[in-house]
Amino acid sequence: MNQPLLEVKDISLSFKGVKAISNVSFQVQEGELFSIIGPNGAGKTSIFNSISQVYRPQEGDIFWKGNSISGQRPDTVAGLGIARTFQNIELFPHMTVLENLLLGRHVRMKRSWLAGALWFGPAKKEEMEHRLAVEDIIDFLEIEEWRKHPVALLPYGFQKRVELGRALAMNPELLLLDEPVAGMNLEETEDMARFILDIRRELGISMILVEHDMSLVMDIADRIMVLDFGQKISEGTPEQIQKDPAVIAAYLGDEEGLALDTD
Amino acid sequence: MRGRPNLYTSYASESRIFPTRTQQVGIGIALVLLLLMPFDLPIVDQIPLIRFLGDNSWLRIVNRMFIFCIAALGLNILSGLGGQVSLGHAFFMGVGAYTAVLVGGPSTSSLWGWGLPIWIWLPASGVVAALVGILVAPAAVRVRGLYLAITTLGLVFIGLHLSRVFPEIAGPGSLGRKWPKLEIRIWKEENPFLDFSSDGHWFWFDITDNQKTYYFLLALLIIFSLCAANLARTRTGRALAAIRDQDVAAEIMGVPETKYKTIAFAISSFYAGVAGALAASFVGQVPPEQWDLILSVEFVAILLIGGMGRISGALAGTFFVVLSPRFVEEIIEWMTEQAEGNGTFSGMWDGIISLGSGDFGIISVSETALGYPIPYSSLDEIIYGLLIVVFMLFEPLGLYGIWTNIRNYWKGWPFSY
Repeated sequence: MNQPLLEVKDISLSFKGVKAISNVSFQVQEGELFSIIGPNGAGKTSIFNSISQVYRPQEGDIFWKGNSISGQRPDTVAGLGIARTFQNIELFPHMTVLENLLLGRHVRMKRSWLAGALWFGPAKKEEMEHRLAVEDIIDFLEIEEWRKHPVALLPYGFQKRVELGRALAMNPELLLLDEPVAGMNLEETEDMARFILDIRRELGISMILVEHDMSLVMDIADRIMVLDFGQKISEGTPEQIQKDPAVIAAYLGDEEGLALDTD
Repeated sequence: MRGRPNLYTSYASESRIFPTRTQQVGIGIALVLLLLMPFDLPIVDQIPLIRFLGDNSWLRIVNRMFIFCIAALGLNILSGLGGQVSLGHAFFMGVGAYTAVLVGGPSTSSLWGWGLPIWIWLPASGVVAALVGILVAPAAVRVRGLYLAITTLGLVFIGLHLSRVFPEIAGPGSLGRKWPKLEIRIWKEENPFLDFSSDGHWFWFDITDNQKTYYFLLALLIIFSLCAANLARTRTGRALAAIRDQDVAAEIMGVPETKYKTIAFAISSFYAGVAGALAASFVGQVPPEQWDLILSVEFVAILLIGGMGRISGALAGTFFVVLSPRFVEEIIEWMTEQAEGNGTFSGMWDGIISLGSGDFGIISVSETALGYPIPYSSLDEIIYGLLIVVFMLFEPLGLYGIWTNIRNYWKGWPFSY
């Protein structure tokens, strides 16, 4: 077996008394669409925050292509090629769609503030190169008409799409998608699913998907990990997960729980 | 056939500072007007409202405005673009001013000074202020919002204290010392190569010191504005705006927060330092108390009135704040004339203006009519205060917001959107 792209090894994260994640390990292979599901408060987003090093797990280690990234700054992790979207949209509301996407290119750009202040020369050249890359993404996500709009004025579904675009603009090798279709209608969900599949097929980017929409997850994920109360309760292909009694118990309540309810 | 409409054919042409033809023509006309402004123009001085543009007597205050514009652009980078509220701008201006006087000022028995020419002291004032900004940044990047405002406020008091500790730099007591003049020397020779501080003769016409200073400051302001605009539309500007909007998300997208906040502090302080040096040199002699909290607050007000985060907003705000007292003065002068005269409406104006002790009126122009009427001298402060309240309540985006509203209205006219 070749080296995994991302390896999370026995991480535990707690906030004072609350244990958000306990001893969770998983691996993501190159080109894989890995999905994390679980009830609310299971620790899915905490795992994302641990990977981006916004939270520092007290125990365990996270390896990117075999090298530990624990203790790095979030912007360094971003520079390695790990991009993400957020559960509640975290776009830059006063900036236009174009500026948001160009900000995603930040880690791929080199010119300093001094070159920027002069504009002519290297800074202009670089801006134009990256503008082309961003225009490809705008084209890919079909948001041409919103290019110059401040994102705060966009409809929710498009904001989600811009956020995906901003993550793509980073040229990532791994994309962390935190509930990309939450709050979307059927049509928007299908659009987003199409984009996710296209990203995998055309751009070959590995993804970790956190999502509550089970039909979407079962449809497109290669492998699924199920969390409950910060603990990993199952991992496997969609077929295996659907049959796993532990998963059914977590989602529907186990027999004991049911018994209590009926009493 | 009228041919193709104006379309962008390259990304480079679209990302210009003035991308549309209308804007380019507008800025061209504005530049010509600005270049002609210092002279008594025959036609312009007849048009109401912009009459002052053709009037020489306004030049001194316009020069002051240019200097304030540079400082406001600096604060705009830190507060408008980077979202870091600072009340320490006056401190950085002071740092620039005292660097200028130390590097460029004369050396006497009680004062320090190296007497170097302007092309050393002016950049030095910016660089030293920027270095002090970098020194302060580690403390400032840890706090945000109101806490940052109070932290930077502390700088102003530290600055005032330091000016008392070093009378060799700041001059004795509250008098201040003489600043080097705006004169370009190659080195320390007697006669300056080019001076902006005395009347002279350029090409085929006579030119006064104020007119010369005007051109010098206009050139500097254009350079500083272009740099600020370029900064805003490139990588650094976007990174700062991202930190302003969502700092945690910005970090996850790969923007090192501390580094960019430090850069913002340094650049903003550079602008402030240069503006401080120019202001002190322009006035000639400045007491240390000049670099106080009121001055800092004035720049915050300029940004609020002009519109946060916009270069045109910073410039328009400065125009408004620095020139409005003078406008008020003009209007009151005119009203007094009307009240004293025998015109049709003189009674109405007489009701507003209080000319003497026995005269009733809201605004007093006389020393002997104190008490109920608002003294004429403090009217501009009252209006200034009112303006801030009105802008905060009705147009938080400032003059820039008003402008975009007007523009969008006419864009869609006759439809409402």
